[in-house]
Amino acid sequence: MAVSVPEDGAILEIENLTVGYRTPAGWRDAVREVSLSARRGETVGVVGESGSGKSTLALAALRYLAEGGAVRAGRVRLRGVDVATLSPAALRRLWARDVRLVPQNPLAALNPAIRVGAQLAEAISAGPPTPAARALALELLERVRLADPQRVARAYPHELSGGMQQRVLLAMALHGDPALLVLDEPTTSLDVTTEAAILDLLEDLVAAPGGRAALMISHNLGVVARVCDRVAVLYAGELVEEAPAGALFATPLHPYTFALLESLPRPGSRHDTRPLRPIPGAIPRLDALPPACVFAPRCPLAVGRCRHERPPLEMPAVNRRVRCWRWRDMMAGALQSGPSPQGVQPAPVAPEPQETLLRVMGVTKHIPLRRSVADLLAGRPAQVIRAVDGVDLVVGRGRTLGVVGESGSGKTTLARCIVGLAERSDGSIQLLDMPLAPGIEERAPELLRRIQMVFQNPQEALNPFLTVGEALRRPLMRLAGLSREEAGRRAERLLDAVKLDPGFASRFPAQLSGGERQRVAIARAFAAAPDLVLLDESVSALDVSVQAAVLNLLSDLRRRDGTAYLLITHDVGVVRYLADDVAVIYLGQVQEEGPVDAVLAPPYHPYTEALLAAIPELPPARPGPRVRLEGEVPSPAAVPSGCRFHTRCPRFLGAVCVEQEPPYQDLGTGHRIRCHIPPDELLEMQSPTPSAPGIENQEPPHGHAVSASHRR
Amino acid sequence: MALETIDRRGDLAPVERAPGAWRRVLRAVLGRPTSATGLAIVLLFAATALLGPLIAPYEANEQVLAERRQPPSATHLFGTDRLGRDVFSRVVLGSRDIFALAGLGTLTAVLLGTVLGLAASYRGGWVEELTFRSFDALLAIPALLLALMLLGTIGPSRQSVLLVIAVVYTPIVARVVRSVVLAVKPRGFVEAARMRGESLVYVLGREILPSALPALAVEAALRFSYAIFLVASLGFLGVGVQPPAPDWGLMVLEARNDVALTPWALYFPAGAIALLVIGVNLLADGLRRGLQG
Repeated sequence: MAVSVPEDGAILEIENLTVGYRTPAGWRDAVREVSLSARRGETVGVVGESGSGKSTLALAALRYLAEGGAVRAGRVRLRGVDVATLSPAALRRLWARDVRLVPQNPLAALNPAIRVGAQLAEAISAGPPTPAARALALELLERVRLADPQRVARAYPHELSGGMQQRVLLAMALHGDPALLVLDEPTTSLDVTTEAAILDLLEDLVAAPGGRAALMISHNLGVVARVCDRVAVLYAGELVEEAPAGALFATPLHPYTFALLESLPRPGSRHDTRPLRPIPGAIPRLDALPPACVFAPRCPLAVGRCRHERPPLEMPAVNRRVRCWRWRDMMAGALQSGPSPQGVQPAPVAPEPQETLLRVMGVTKHIPLRRSVADLLAGRPAQVIRAVDGVDLVVGRGRTLGVVGESGSGKTTLARCIVGLAERSDGSIQLLDMPLAPGIEERAPELLRRIQMVFQNPQEALNPFLTVGEALRRPLMRLAGLSREEAGRRAERLLDAVKLDPGFASRFPAQLSGGERQRVAIARAFAAAPDLVLLDESVSALDVSVQAAVLNLLSDLRRRDGTAYLLITHDVGVVRYLADDVAVIYLGQVQEEGPVDAVLAPPYHPYTEALLAAIPELPPARPGPRVRLEGEVPSPAAVPSGCRFHTRCPRFLGAVCVEQEPPYQDLGTGHRIRCHIPPDELLEMQSPTPSAPGIENQEPPHGHAVSASHRR
Repeated sequence: MALETIDRRGDLAPVERAPGAWRRVLRAVLGRPTSATGLAIVLLFAATALLGPLIAPYEANEQVLAERRQPPSATHLFGTDRLGRDVFSRVVLGSRDIFALAGLGTLTAVLLGTVLGLAASYRGGWVEELTFRSFDALLAIPALLLALMLLGTIGPSRQSVLLVIAVVYTPIVARVVRSVVLAVKPRGFVEAARMRGESLVYVLGREILPSALPALAVEAALRFSYAIFLVASLGFLGVGVQPPAPDWGLMVLEARNDVALTPWALYFPAGAIALLVIGVNLLADGLRRGLQG
């Protein structure tokens, strides 16, 4: 467009925007009276739970609403031009040149049948790819720091990892220097390590010469805190607070912002000493909005006025806006973070000395790949995927063991081997000194009762055709041997234990929210009083406030029944909050294990160190040298020699790492690290002293060309 | 409900079923003119089949030699054929045969295909491989050719036609069931059932089968329409139901040589076949939209 950017550099200006969807019952406004702007070189975050209207806002800003959606009031200006006035042709030009959308699911956004390079070139030349466009495509792939642009350009989307796909989309978003990037949960489907690299890249892209504005939609407060300059908090379609990122997280002025922060597991929060405070109630439906302040029904500070009179959007300070009657009280510290109102419960009694509940010894899961005919003829041996490769673990009675690692590390396969859904190839597993058969069908009912599991995806955990009551009665009848009537009565008590109304027993899963479904799944796992419950990413698909409630529920159940947990997760915050012990797993092998306090503090295994450094923490970590993992997790079909982490290790020593399996160094009290570097040297490297050598510049080794020198 | 679909954020959309699903299906069928017409046609023929002897003015093989080759009239609505049989009565009574054969054959195929499909694809491994490779082999042969081969070996009769329909359509139903089993088997609720040691019959029947029912209902309706066509085709080729039964295909065959003199004896049974097949297809389409849309 020939219009120049206004004086103040505002690229996106949203004024009093109301966006509605047409339903049989009339208009439902998913976004109401929201004003927001983004200037050149600025990243503006939009946070909110599911149903808050953040995606609708982003799509309306691009005039890209779904069928049935319409701007009902207000306007959106891009570089000073009202997008509502654009002709279809001008709108297409706007989409082609000036704005870019980076979606959440990169694989769905790429055409699976076209090679990445051609796809990119097509987007650049807006038609059949020209040679110049192909050259530019390679350049863009290089700009998003893809290691081998030539290879990536020749690949089909499914041949790339999620992180690489997201980089390709960022490359696509960069051509032609767009004025505005709209990022819709760009890292939600990625591992923390990949996420950290993408966020680094994003920061550089927005700050790059030429300057552009970015609008970043996210439910992850940590991510927003890391990359955004300003943050807008949306609740039930309204902008409730907007402030510079630092100020927002340091002194939230809206009770909702405060409550969101309180429900996030942070350093220092712990299920027994400093539990999370979930927000009571649920986000209102658009057809049943509270009449005045939308947050009043869930607000701890709500007074009469909040329920009768809609608060105006006020400016308590320069650059800050808040829609709350009581922001002055908030500023004076009306809400204090700390232990939950019902007081600190006593720590769970973990029996000392520990009685061993589960003992995993040398468990492996090797999956042979089919051999091609050519391989057969050449006499090459079948390739084997070493998903789990010799794992030893111990879970004490009533204890919680966290297992962390990136996707592809084998943690889920390990869990499935323990419950017997996958049959281990080798090794043994004992529960209270009773051996567990590899396959679940060979295990006695009494052993089945003792081990249960809660799955990751609440949408798929419950049979859509059976009522909640039936889902809960069945394990009681099968495993606890109750009659149907007794089981029905007990099911009501189970619902009560997971804080659901007994009326839920007659509902179908389709009538439940994600958090409610996960509660039912937890109740089902606890039905027959198991000794051990495996939690496979059981809270990661939930919104923060729902996640906090479920985490507290798990903590309560554990205190009540003395149940032990095996907590599989990529979220170190959750592990720190709930676990007593931690095992860090990489490519099917435990790299570090021990009590949670010991593992999550220096000295770390270099892999643990990198995982921790990748987490976007709240409050934002001090700037300084960051350890970043380059590249991808190697294929478990070709596990690297020596130390299997050496190809990505930021503390790589040299030939010794390539050639020799590192020793399992014991640091006492059960803390063990699998590394060639002695613990005291690790401690020295990893302690946050200013004199510590910056490790940022250190190139991780690609290939094995590093000389055979030993210690630095 | 409508509001939840607005914010179409990345969640997976598994088969969702809440109470009132069948009422919704009924509404979907009745709400569309085409599928409502289909339902009306099928109901009309079903009523005809049920009340056959009450509607038909003559016996199926009642010959009035003085009234041969009569065009349609008040006494003979669809006229008479070259043997002096009332075509209307034969079409009406013939609907019983076709409903019974096609219906029972489809039912057998659906039951057999469901059981085999569930068991083999849940079990996996070589059992699945063996079952479905044999089915693939059967599917590679055109249905009519396979039917002719089978009838050639066992000889034409009503029972043979039934058996043929079952053999021809069982693999197709099994494939439909397999696609659902493969999608549902890795879900949490099936694994939870395995973790409490449920029997195979419970897992298949209670946890997996309900997810397959919508697809099965649509497939059954489609198979029924093809089965009608198959029964008629076999009758026409003279290897199905044998004379003098009032089979529609057979009637078309018998009237074929006479078409210049008694076109009505050919057009009415042929029209009945076409109308019923169209009706069942329209109904199947409505079901599909209601159940899977």
